[in-house]
Amino acid sequence: MTTIPILKEREEQIYRKGSEPFNMQCEKHSLAGSVSQRACVFCGSRVVLYPVADALHLIHGPIGCAAYTWDIRGALSSGPELHRLSFSTDLQERDVIFGAEKKLYAALTELIEQYQPKAAFVYSTCIVGIIGDDVEAVCRKVGKEAGIPVLPVHSEGFKGTKKDGYKAACDALAQLIGTGETADISPISINIMGEFNIGGEAWMIKDYYRKIGVDVVSIMTGDGRVADIKRAHGAKLNVVQCSGSMTPLAEMMKEKYGIPFIRVSYFGIEDMAKALYDVAEHFPDQPEIMEKAQELVRSEVNRIYPELVKIREQVSGKRAAIYVGGAFKAFSLIKALRNLGMEVVLAGSQTGNEKDYEILRDMCNDGTVILDDANPLELSKYIIEKNADLFIGGVKERPIAYKMGIGFCDHNHERKTPLAGFEGMLNFAKEIFNTVTSPVWQFAPHRSGNEPEQLRNVVIQPSK
Amino acid sequence: MNTARKKISKNHTSTQNPCKLCSPLGASLVIRGISGAVPLLHGSQGCSTYIRRYLISHFKEPIDIASSNFGEDTAIFGGGANIKIALENIIAQYQPEMIGVATTCLSETIGDDVNMFIYEFLKQRKEIPTPPIVHISTPSYSGTHITGFHRANLEIVKTLAAEKTTTRKDHINVFAGMLSTADLRYLKEIFTDFDLKHMLLPDYSQTMDGTLWQQYQKIPAGGTTIDQIKDAGNASASLQMGRILNSESESAAKYLNETFDVPSYELGLPIGIKETDRLFEALEEISGKPTPQKYVEERGRLVDAYVDGHKYVNGLKAALYGEEDLVAGLASFLSEIGIVPVLCASGGESGRLESTLNEIMDKNISEKMKILEGMDFKNIEAEVESMSLELFIGNSKGYSVTRRKEIPLVRAGFPIHDRIGGQRILHVGYRGAQNLFDQIANTILDQRQKTSDIGYSYM
Repeated sequence: MTTIPILKEREEQIYRKGSEPFNMQCEKHSLAGSVSQRACVFCGSRVVLYPVADALHLIHGPIGCAAYTWDIRGALSSGPELHRLSFSTDLQERDVIFGAEKKLYAALTELIEQYQPKAAFVYSTCIVGIIGDDVEAVCRKVGKEAGIPVLPVHSEGFKGTKKDGYKAACDALAQLIGTGETADISPISINIMGEFNIGGEAWMIKDYYRKIGVDVVSIMTGDGRVADIKRAHGAKLNVVQCSGSMTPLAEMMKEKYGIPFIRVSYFGIEDMAKALYDVAEHFPDQPEIMEKAQELVRSEVNRIYPELVKIREQVSGKRAAIYVGGAFKAFSLIKALRNLGMEVVLAGSQTGNEKDYEILRDMCNDGTVILDDANPLELSKYIIEKNADLFIGGVKERPIAYKMGIGFCDHNHERKTPLAGFEGMLNFAKEIFNTVTSPVWQFAPHRSGNEPEQLRNVVIQPSK
Repeated sequence: MNTARKKISKNHTSTQNPCKLCSPLGASLVIRGISGAVPLLHGSQGCSTYIRRYLISHFKEPIDIASSNFGEDTAIFGGGANIKIALENIIAQYQPEMIGVATTCLSETIGDDVNMFIYEFLKQRKEIPTPPIVHISTPSYSGTHITGFHRANLEIVKTLAAEKTTTRKDHINVFAGMLSTADLRYLKEIFTDFDLKHMLLPDYSQTMDGTLWQQYQKIPAGGTTIDQIKDAGNASASLQMGRILNSESESAAKYLNETFDVPSYELGLPIGIKETDRLFEALEEISGKPTPQKYVEERGRLVDAYVDGHKYVNGLKAALYGEEDLVAGLASFLSEIGIVPVLCASGGESGRLESTLNEIMDKNISEKMKILEGMDFKNIEAEVESMSLELFIGNSKGYSVTRRKEIPLVRAGFPIHDRIGGQRILHVGYRGAQNLFDQIANTILDQRQKTSDIGYSYM
């Protein structure tokens, strides 16, 4: 067996339940030279604002940041699709030397003229602060001239972690909120926050809420529209998913507008049902909301249950590893996997906090490995050691799983399949079924059961 | 259309849907084509993560790229401390045979002296075995991913190629450009069949297109070995492919020629018969051997296929886009089969795409071509608006344009993010031309069947 060394500085961000005292470090800047799966501040902001489909997203910097985030997510829009285009000031050497405010002004003015967006977000990348561009001033000027909100997003890549990028995006959204008309908003209304409409998930969730009698004022930011965000302060409750990204905004709205918030998750039957019940509970004067919620859960579960049971028979007992961006998603996935009779042997996240990891520890069985801000070597080490059959993660985790002959389920923002809601749970189960039952693993050299003798015949053939 | 040098006709200030990537990506790929090497990007964490994601989506292989992970204090006080920690950690975890340090816009803008950092690091570790560390300057505000690719080749050779130790040896250096893994494998097969020992730099044919693993590989096996690179100054010749690359003032082959007198054969990307013939002529000259029968036959079958399919492709009009040398190679190939590349567009801005194409193409064809540098897909879409086209040829990023225009796309180059096997598309040599020709002809036939009222099942 290859030994994969763990860097000393990383040891405290790895916890093995049951065998050691819990003293997990987290929320640290990634270790230099360790190949973190995290991205940067810019990534955090881009992820949160990306689905706002009628806004212009201009990335102020050299071309890379814009090129790598062009149309990469499955965030759907029911109308305009400005979010699927990539706009960059594409800074050149001369801009770096002489400053790029004029270029930014020209680019913004032209783009607004060309695309007529309802607002513009201007993302600062690493070098913008260094070269000293006054992005705020340019945004103010163009905003005034164009008559739309032009919002700077302070997302210089090195100024913190992805979480600081979430915060910068929330700050930009906060400038929109409170500027729209709220007179006609129903007293039974919510904002859906931290839901990005991957594969149409937000539409499903919104439809559930509508069916139980709750109006949705805005979705931040799935299938997002500037006008809806502007009037978000008229909602009576903020329902926050993906707690990492949108909690700062929910807290701000609580303070400024007195809107309470609850944290939910839409992944898995249990959490999806709870997300409906928790909202219903918030409107106790309307008991029919709870009744409808119960009815909806019943009928939806009945609809998907027979198929889920069939899949459960096939996948039950398989071992799963989870490595996702936010820890909150990991909680839901653990529950959803248990529903399918699967065992979680590794759980980790890029950005979890101390509280999150305590919850994870409490949820997991003894022996489960819990990781914060892991790197490919650590992930490989533990999926092999724990003999996982399935890995749930994103694009960067996928080849790690495949090389070792392990099935994979894509659960990040690049996927095109909705995995939230009841329908999403069924999709999730189908995807797991699809990957773990594929006959291709019989040829994978690492898989247990594939004896070395047999391998020599099957796999290590000269390719001539 | 005239052939006068087109001033960059981008009619907007911003870049909209870019037809290029940033230079650290190219450098990272080169480093992953060297045996036991690990890339380190000196900048923010996002650069390495985004580039990994982008490369993984094309190659569908793990690619570990470390980051020196700038924080706010790093940006103020410089990245010296971070780079050293990063190098220590990479050595501890990966035990690499080489580390390639590519800079980013951030570390370049704050003026980090990376050479000095590396020098100090090596000095500190005088007593400890330390792999070679190569510094590659890749500010993303200058050039494209191709700039970073060629710059990495040059710096690696400059750093590693040692003094000439012996008289000429019988091996050759090959700088083949940013090709697919299938292209690299095929080129190696050709050299082997000529009995030519070769140092192909970079060679990610295995590292970025490997098998499943029995045991986890910290650094996937394969790649150009450090010893091969060290020996580059003793080679009997260098082959460098890419006419635009060859017209640069600096390149790996030029360096080896100037420093070690290694004769340099400067070729185009060998796409299509004519450019491939030039490669085989060079190989015959270097090896003193005739082209092996196998390739004579490949060429023969290719001509046979050209003849079988000529009526379906002759006179078609296509739009070509991508990195400049690929565009030049594909244009040369298309002109052999009668397809007019009425638009040749690149995000690169060497200033020499047009003159290069005029060099390769017959005047009567090049007169019908619009050749544009510094293009993004917004421009490309605007350009093709008034053109009647049968075909687009290029990477996946042009898909959205072809979808709106309802014109088929034949995929070539990098990145191919929307297909399985994008990393294995064969472009070069007679076999590559065969593949492209079949793809193009069949795409046209498929299109005819789909739009036909009758739908014949024979030709």
